[in-house]
Amino acid sequence: MHSGIKKTGYLSAEEINSGPGIPSAERRKKGPVAVIECIQPIPCNPCETSCKVNAIAVGDDITNLPHLDQDKCIGCASCIAICPGQAIFVVDDGFEEERSRVMIPYEFLPLPQTGDVVTALDRSGKAVGEAEVLNVRKKENMDKTAVVTLAVPKALSMNVRFFKSRK
Amino acid sequence: MRRCEMISIGAGPAGLAGAIEAARNGVEVVVFDENERPGGQLFKQIHKFFGSGEHRAGERGFNIGTSLLDEALKLGVEVSLNSVVLGIYEGGAMNVMVRDRIEQVKAEKILVATGASENMVPFPGWTLPGVIGAGAAQTMANIHGVRPGKRLLMVGSGNVGVVVSYQMLQAGCEVVAIIDAAPEVGGYGVHAAKVARTGVPFYLGHTIKNAHGKKWVEGATIQQVDSSWNPVEGTEKTFDVDTICVAVGLNPMTQLLKMVACKMVFVPALGGSIPAHDKNQETSVPGIYVAGDVSGIEEASSAIVEGRLAGIAASNSLGYLNDDDFHKQRETLLKSMAGLRSGPFGQKRDEGKQILLQSMKG
Repeated sequence: MHSGIKKTGYLSAEEINSGPGIPSAERRKKGPVAVIECIQPIPCNPCETSCKVNAIAVGDDITNLPHLDQDKCIGCASCIAICPGQAIFVVDDGFEEERSRVMIPYEFLPLPQTGDVVTALDRSGKAVGEAEVLNVRKKENMDKTAVVTLAVPKALSMNVRFFKSRK
Repeated sequence: MRRCEMISIGAGPAGLAGAIEAARNGVEVVVFDENERPGGQLFKQIHKFFGSGEHRAGERGFNIGTSLLDEALKLGVEVSLNSVVLGIYEGGAMNVMVRDRIEQVKAEKILVATGASENMVPFPGWTLPGVIGAGAAQTMANIHGVRPGKRLLMVGSGNVGVVVSYQMLQAGCEVVAIIDAAPEVGGYGVHAAKVARTGVPFYLGHTIKNAHGKKWVEGATIQQVDSSWNPVEGTEKTFDVDTICVAVGLNPMTQLLKMVACKMVFVPALGGSIPAHDKNQETSVPGIYVAGDVSGIEEASSAIVEGRLAGIAASNSLGYLNDDDFHKQRETLLKSMAGLRSGPFGQKRDEGKQILLQSMKG
């Protein structure tokens, strides 16, 4: 009863799976793909306009939820930094045998360094395991939102959404 | 007495947008703002905004503020800072305290875009240093680069509460919890989610019981409330904090409008007693327009659209913009506004605005 975004501040598993922006497990195994955790009708559409391959559709009514076309999405991560709600991630379950890649938006300083081992956190901020920082992307057009790529245990790719430095 | 065609009171998003549209059409505009810096609340907003491209979505608030100000200055708008409008009198005359002098000015059109003030919730210990409004926390951290405290409790889970909590985390504060007497998170889920994933817990159905400390805040006790909002004994939790940040809503700053006897309507969904206004943002007093939070609490994107509506309406009324162009531009702006007020989050605000519109006719 006390679960869900309105009660806890983070999405429940049911809420995530009910959203139109979540790629299937099969699609996630094929390579990087956007995971859009946006389930409330907010007047907002930069994800749609930033997508170079037209894989995200919001439509004329900008309060529509973003719909992901998982076959068009190439997992380029352009939408991660543009999303004002920091609600888009990229998951790649085809990365390694044991580990998946998860790309997350990050707006804190200091930025982590490639190679850092960090504590992986789930949507509630609970420590769920260890992650390795594979890459930190920060470009002018991302307007100070960095995209951090983590390697996480495969079973956690749909749970890890943040991290904590161990330094 | 100095005379000008149009005066905007408030150099926030609404006042600047109105000045820009009017100046673009050739109206001579002066903007007064009581602060030492222009931009209203925009320069404190370091997060990226929602909306669509036409609302500059995905851009950070302070960048939108800077470009509005640049545009206004380029169009020849005079922005007078440290300038408090003390009163509006008959015929559009007003007294303005510019630094330590009082000047008399008179304008044919006045856009009141004075914004809002923060609500407070009183509790034992609320006068201790360390109990601050969310706006103050933003001013300290985002304007002056000062961290408000080390460990902070946020009271209020509306958009201001969750957005400012995130900004306090960015400033290096530890946010021990966000509490709200309401049973559900008030703000957008995505704003709540980006705070929750850092490990900040939400205590909904909880109110603040009291602050601890002799000379300053040394702790805070919260307590559960039942469905009738009564505190439940035995549910107290105490946090070791040095800062209690209060984000419990905003109240429109309508004093100048009441002074000129604008028709006011009580609309709780818009934050209290609001000046009735028509599609052009004009109040019941001809020539006096309103835009932004003073005409109903919303957010910066809709404040900008309202300011633009007032700006083109004033231009049309002064004879600088012909009827055809005015109606075309107004349609575009109203359509853009409808987008911002659609969906369950915008619906109540839209209904509130309809009440204000109806009361202009009645």
